[in-house]
Amino acid sequence: MKHEKHIELKGQPARVKMDAIPVLHYTVFSLHITELLREPFNHCLNYFVVPFPDKYKFICCIANDETKSILLFSHEHEKVSHISLPSLTRIHFPFHIFEREIHENFGIDFPDHPWLKPLRYPYDRHDKGKSMDSYPFYSMEGEELHEVGVGPVHAGVIEPGHFRFICNGEKVLHLEIQLGYQHRGVETLFVENESSLKNALLAECIAGDTAIGHAVCHAGVMEALAGLPVSEILALERTIALEMERIAMHIGDTAAICTDIAYQFGQVVNEALRTIVINTMQGWCGNRFGKGLVRSGGTWYPLTPALSAEIRKNLQEIRQRYGQITGYIFSMSSVLGRFEATGKVTAKQASLIGAVGMAARSSGLKRDIRWSHPSLAYSRLSFEPVVISRGDVWARAMMRKSEVEQSIELVLHLLDLLDGKDVHPLPVYNTAAEPDAFSISVTEGWRGEICHTAVTDENGKIRHYKIKDPSLHNWMALALAVRGQEISDFPLCNKSFNLSYCGNDL
Amino acid sequence: MPIKEIQIFMKHGRQSVPDLRNAELSSMFRGRPVISPDITAEETAKVAALCPTGAISGGPCSIDLGRCVFCRECQFAVPGRITFTNDYKIAANVPENLIIRAGDDNPVSLDPSGIRKEIRSFFKHALKLRQVSAGGDNSCEMELNAAGNVNFDMGRYGIEFVASPRHADGIVITGPISVNMAEALQITWDAVPAPKIVILAGTDAISGGLFAGSSALDRSFLQKHPVDLYLPGNPVHPLTFINGVLDLIGKR
Ligand code: SF4
Repeated sequence: MKHEKHIELKGQPARVKMDAIPVLHYTVFSLHITELLREPFNHCLNYFVVPFPDKYKFICCIANDETKSILLFSHEHEKVSHISLPSLTRIHFPFHIFEREIHENFGIDFPDHPWLKPLRYPYDRHDKGKSMDSYPFYSMEGEELHEVGVGPVHAGVIEPGHFRFICNGEKVLHLEIQLGYQHRGVETLFVENESSLKNALLAECIAGDTAIGHAVCHAGVMEALAGLPVSEILALERTIALEMERIAMHIGDTAAICTDIAYQFGQVVNEALRTIVINTMQGWCGNRFGKGLVRSGGTWYPLTPALSAEIRKNLQEIRQRYGQITGYIFSMSSVLGRFEATGKVTAKQASLIGAVGMAARSSGLKRDIRWSHPSLAYSRLSFEPVVISRGDVWARAMMRKSEVEQSIELVLHLLDLLDGKDVHPLPVYNTAAEPDAFSISVTEGWRGEICHTAVTDENGKIRHYKIKDPSLHNWMALALAVRGQEISDFPLCNKSFNLSYCGNDL
Repeated sequence: MPIKEIQIFMKHGRQSVPDLRNAELSSMFRGRPVISPDITAEETAKVAALCPTGAISGGPCSIDLGRCVFCRECQFAVPGRITFTNDYKIAANVPENLIIRAGDDNPVSLDPSGIRKEIRSFFKHALKLRQVSAGGDNSCEMELNAAGNVNFDMGRYGIEFVASPRHADGIVITGPISVNMAEALQITWDAVPAPKIVILAGTDAISGGLFAGSSALDRSFLQKHPVDLYLPGNPVHPLTFINGVLDLIGKR
């Protein structure tokens, strides 16, 4: 029998026993990655290290869009004082961010990595000698050049991060983004917390603007570990909640993009429409961001017929009014003049940096977990993602418009499927989890693919928790987008991505 | 105005909440809790053990809104004994006033004797604030933005967020205050001219919330600088923010 180089998970969320994940020698491990990633339908969902008392376990999770499966394989390395490995980034650039994280957390060296810089300065980083104020910025020499530093505290009410531009006059030659200011030790808390309720709440705060996305992903991991079924009605409700979050955030972003081109009318009209959506969420579960709604095994907030009617009514109104305002926005030459050809990211760049979600789809990549690895109610829809090839601010703004329209139709359809069903399971806490297991869950949040994984110990307690927010990949897209642009276009480019700082910093 | 814009404008209508002091939120909203005087010691012990942030204490039962993340799980565990009302006016200027005891059903309020005199004389008619997110999860930040948006429009009271700390009368902190933001927070504070105020927005900022105890936090700023206003929430609702600030600066 041929020795399998990976284990294939059909469908997700899913769990396997840790010892079912093949362990490969590093050479075979990297060759296998090369082989898999030669195919455009494969991409790396997550690659990280789990520390054990005596060894490091490198786990690679590859998503195959064709077979709709997830491939898992690993490499083990004895814990010795200095580990040095050939970098995978040399061959597969998307690995750059994963290897940076591994290096920062464990001191594992990748001597031929082109950009082995700190990622977030976690409090438990390997090298405490490195500090936030000694970040090794790239620099260029030249009499005509100057540098501009922005942040961590920005002009608006937003999260902190530092942007360092190298400019020739008004033109940006290079942007480097230093993050980590938001680091709260989230992944460690998932391991330390004794209560599964506390972890459910924590998941909602990984990125509060994606409370539902992360909460659904976390619930998936925990349900897979506990073998808890997700009822049809719960799957429908979660899918509706995910799409409501997408609608709210996309409309909010449409407003914010208008702000940054100084089109105040577009801003206020969209702000008011977002308010309707988040107030609908508040009517559903008491929180405008949907915190409290998603729990393992069930929910305290069933979607009653009265709520369904409210959602239908509000979405129908939004469909009409959002269509009207965005139709107008996209017809104005003064708007188009600012959107078109600004902040372009090519399909090649997007695929090189491993862009995901909306940012990838706006640059022509068909990457959407709802389509490639559907779970919940997505599996019963014939969902086709919106893909726009232009890669500029126009494309990312148009992506919002198109996805809001698509999501409204989706929710209305899902509400029809929900009609007449009224058995609502309640949340289940602190269920026994499978010991020595690995569990993975992937969710398409409004920004893109969210991936949560958990590893349990011999008692079924969480030993390691790993979160990947889509922003981890997509920050690099912003850095590329502003190259060659006027520095004054930075706010617009930034807003067109609207990436998460805390999702990156964890 | 082009004809199309006028059509949109007509449909848009008047969006601002007319009376920010008395607006009513959905009955689902999780605001000020009420604890029944009949809650038993066993029930109290049960919810105290369950509460993810240690907000509940016994003898007699009380909830500290400075720790509560408004998950409503205690209400589900002892229905009828604890009820979260839709009262969003939960701001206080002294931590003591954030504690809700069994049998209490009074609004949370500010202690006038604890308000520094200069706050009302300087800021009653205009208050400019610099926001600092220090580990905030972006939901509080979005709600603070919403406080100034077309619906809540706190600008009508002369309250707004400004870009430069040099232009500000105080800072609004969100998030549990990460080690990595501690220095930037201090620098921002130092750049604000006196007299100046500190507002903590959201439960994370007040007590660390779900992150209390994490080694990634550095909350020493709060030991050095007195806090003028505590605004609980997860995140803080725009109406909680606006009403709390209005009460602090003495605007009716
Ligand atoms: S609602 Fe507040 S007091 Fe009740 S369990 Fe949640 S955090 Fe604790």
